Amino acid sequence: MATAENLLEVRGLKKSYARGGGVFAEGGGARFAAVDGVSFDLARGETLAIVGESGCGKTTLARMVLRLIEADAGEMRFAGENLRAAGGEKLRALRRRMQMVFQDPFASLNPRMRIGEIVGEPLAIHEARLARGERDERVAAMLGRVGLEADAMRRYAHEFSGGQRQRIGIARALILRPELVVADEPVSALDVSVGAQVLLLLQELQSELGLTYLFISHSLPVVAQIATRVAVMRAGRFVEMGAAEKVLARPEHAYTRELVAAVPGGRGA
Amino acid sequence: MELATAAGVVRPVDGVSLRIAAGETVGLVGESGSGKTMLALALMGLLPDGARVGGEAWLGAEGAAGGASSAPTEGGKKNLVGLGERELRAVRGREVAMIFQEPMTSLNPVMRAGEQIAEGIRAHEPGLQRAEVRGRVIAALERAAVPEAAERARQYPHQLSGGLRQRVMIAMALACGPRLLIADEPTTALDVTVQRQILDLLDELRRGLGLGMLFITHDLGVVARVAERVAVLYAGRIVEEGPAREVLERPRHPYTQGLLAASPRMERGKLEPIPGTVPRLTALPPGCAFEPRCSQRRAECAAGMPELRVVGGEHAARCVLV
Repeated sequence: MATAENLLEVRGLKKSYARGGGVFAEGGGARFAAVDGVSFDLARGETLAIVGESGCGKTTLARMVLRLIEADAGEMRFAGENLRAAGGEKLRALRRRMQMVFQDPFASLNPRMRIGEIVGEPLAIHEARLARGERDERVAAMLGRVGLEADAMRRYAHEFSGGQRQRIGIARALILRPELVVADEPVSALDVSVGAQVLLLLQELQSELGLTYLFISHSLPVVAQIATRVAVMRAGRFVEMGAAEKVLARPEHAYTRELVAAVPGGRGA
Repeated sequence: MELATAAGVVRPVDGVSLRIAAGETVGLVGESGSGKTMLALALMGLLPDGARVGGEAWLGAEGAAGGASSAPTEGGKKNLVGLGERELRAVRGREVAMIFQEPMTSLNPVMRAGEQIAEGIRAHEPGLQRAEVRGRVIAALERAAVPEAAERARQYPHQLSGGLRQRVMIAMALACGPRLLIADEPTTALDVTVQRQILDLLDELRRGLGLGMLFITHDLGVVARVAERVAVLYAGRIVEEGPAREVLERPRHPYTQGLLAASPRMERGKLEPIPGTVPRLTALPPGCAFEPRCSQRRAECAAGMPELRVVGGEHAARCVLV
């Protein structure tokens, strides 16, 4: 049942891939479940962190939510609409309401486009009728919001540091005023003090713009900082989910305990 | 050390002094641009062409010699800085070994794991028979707690998990029994549970083999876990050093304090980033390198770089406030 407050509702989402394969593979088409039946609700304004180690399926899950990858089974509703079944114009309209911030600040920006074009591209696609001047104004305003000077628009990605590139990625994600932002390890590739700046920026923007975050991370301390709720993922499934403080301070599942205990310098050490 | 770049001569490492005792782990904390990797490469003689290194790096008996000496060897000690390439090659791998952050890019993708370890052994001990080399390879892998060592030796890096690749790197580094291990962010790219295993392994090996270890990382949690002593690097200089617990619980340099305040913890707290960014080495401020970003700065800070001042015991910080 869709409630007014849930921005996203996911039920039984699955995705599997053929394992090995190719002409020389033995054993026929064994399948590997990257996401093996995941369900959750995401309320407006909250930050749900999905935490897990490499290979657990968290990135695949994030991409399915954004329809970058198609799920094999399950349901997804976004603001009451059927997200999984949407196509054509309907999907286009839904797409602009959800955006992604990527992990690698060096790979996620087109090196051959100026920053102004990169951040303006979503507008060029979804609001094609917008005059060039107005588009540039909005880009400049968004760049200012994320802490960059307007003259950044004329420059190229390689001229910026990792932290600045992440800000550019955030500007690009927010230029269409989405409701949902999926952030996939947004600070993992950054130094401590730079990562802290970006996390703080994300928190400020969340309250300013009323954003809802789906935050993917492998780092429990980062998650402790930013999440209202946490889901712990392993081998394609959620093994534990609940309020962030509770899951991290009083984990119930053995795997969550193992993760918490393994944090160096953390409680377990 | 000096490095000639298109923008002028820079000093990625400027007057760094470290002491590492056998069986001790010294942590070197720094962010990008701090000079930490350059320091490690300088010790191994792996710097880019055009880099000039000054100073001394004494490997061997207790501490550095009392007076500055330009002799390459003294008693059982060697000054790594003075060595020529041929002598360095004898030292590298055999007396000083290094492990890197990304095992997938540090290992040769087209050589089997065992063969890569064997390569190092044969380079330093050319007289060994094939069977002996094989035995040493298996022993090295077992020492790095690699299960089914003989099977793993025959695999290629892409067939191994991140944790196993790092163990192969460790096996390779330790194969010739070095006295000093330089570990440059060895667990940063690994999952947290795997990281724990690798850190435990390095600990055991250090104790069992009496290995000295220079552990370079930007992660304060990791450094708290592994190091007895810590040095914090900023813009090529050590700005604070001392016993790990001291430095991390009662930091005296504003940069160290800033790093701690900016590090996320398991308890949700107020994250305070350090304003500004690390300065480019080509555009260092005139006085203390941290001064422009420092919330506690005074007029004298812009005048000149302070010396390392003693806080107490072995704890020192490069700040006028001390």
